[in-house]
Amino acid sequence: MNVLDPVVLFFVLGVAAGLMRSDLRLPSAVYDFVTMLLLLAIGLKGGVELSRQPLAVLAPQMLAVVGMGLLLPLLAYPVLHYAGRLARADAASIAAHYGSVSVGTYAVVAAYLSARGVAFEEYMPVFVVLLEMPAIVVGILLARGWNAQNHWGELGREIFLGKGVVLLTGGLLIGWAAGAEGVQPIGALFFDLFKGILALFLLEMGLIAVSQLGDLRRCGLFLAGFAIVFPLLSALIGGGLGWALGLSMGGTVVLATLAASASYIAVPAAMRMAVPQANPSLSLAAALGVTFPFNILIGIPLYHAAARLLYPDGA
Amino acid sequence: MQTETRKLLTVICEASLEARVIADVERLGARGYTITEARGKGGRGVRDAGWDRSANVRIEVVCDAPTASAIATHLRDHYYEHFAMILFVADVEVLRAEKFGPGAGRGLP
Repeated sequence: MNVLDPVVLFFVLGVAAGLMRSDLRLPSAVYDFVTMLLLLAIGLKGGVELSRQPLAVLAPQMLAVVGMGLLLPLLAYPVLHYAGRLARADAASIAAHYGSVSVGTYAVVAAYLSARGVAFEEYMPVFVVLLEMPAIVVGILLARGWNAQNHWGELGREIFLGKGVVLLTGGLLIGWAAGAEGVQPIGALFFDLFKGILALFLLEMGLIAVSQLGDLRRCGLFLAGFAIVFPLLSALIGGGLGWALGLSMGGTVVLATLAASASYIAVPAAMRMAVPQANPSLSLAAALGVTFPFNILIGIPLYHAAARLLYPDGA
Repeated sequence: MQTETRKLLTVICEASLEARVIADVERLGARGYTITEARGKGGRGVRDAGWDRSANVRIEVVCDAPTASAIATHLRDHYYEHFAMILFVADVEVLRAEKFGPGAGRGLP
């Protein structure tokens, strides 16, 4: 059933075109625009829902999610550094990627669940924003230790004012301030067209994923294996946390998927500046070449099936 | 036509460095610069600008020889090790020499 999801088929088309060396590519300005629309749409949707939620309910959940964001890179680092024998900077940078989240994967799981009529907590984009950041800080500390040489001012700007965080947070605030009726007039662009925009985005992501394969071949089997096995473990942690927090089944699937996803926008930019000695092609090859395709093709349906076992009576 | 010689310093580097390199270039005394987006292949693989992480920029600076040498040394010491970057310096003939720094062999053999 999942294979017939048209947005996922666009991803498959991108992969196929890339493998056959088609000259297809989205102009980079179009890709930027599509990414902006997705980030804003996700933020707006979350913000509208946020205005309906009491903070007392949200605050403990938000704290728990930040805790998960701090924990995941700490789990990934020793595996990469000791078992995988990667250099300290590389291991720390990859750990940061896997502790953070991919907005593209969030968009796919949201579309997947709504296509199946599975409800989930619509304020989840708040968690997306919260999960972007802690892993970056942990990754920098793992790579460089705690010393005065860390230019936290400059790094803070890189972390908090990257376009991903600005657009998501901005969308959240606008949605929260305007409310459901307020955003209605712009809904045609951001909500009605969401799936079409997502399809275009995934087409380009398919092409990008294929372009990482060359790098991946040079990274070796360990990293490719890590890029599948570690997300499965994080999905267990994220799904377990969602269940323990009393989220709905859909919410648990989303949190599992967020935990399993690996960042490819915010973290690479921050790591490039903060830990330049880490080889960026390692983490991007793993996150984009393996984990992203794995999650959208196999992971999401798998997490959904697993969550069904946790919630025998449906919701 | 009256011309004078100045240096053209060309830096090609990953786009994520743009802001930092520009700040360095200005601080070290260049009076202007030109940036273009660039694609290509080198020691760090194909950089095809398919998306922002794989984009390059080409930064050109026309300035006097001491400034060109100061910028080149600074960039080499700070970025060569970990970033995709090349730079080269060439002589160019300019019409309005005063636009590009005092020049005229200042501190040169």
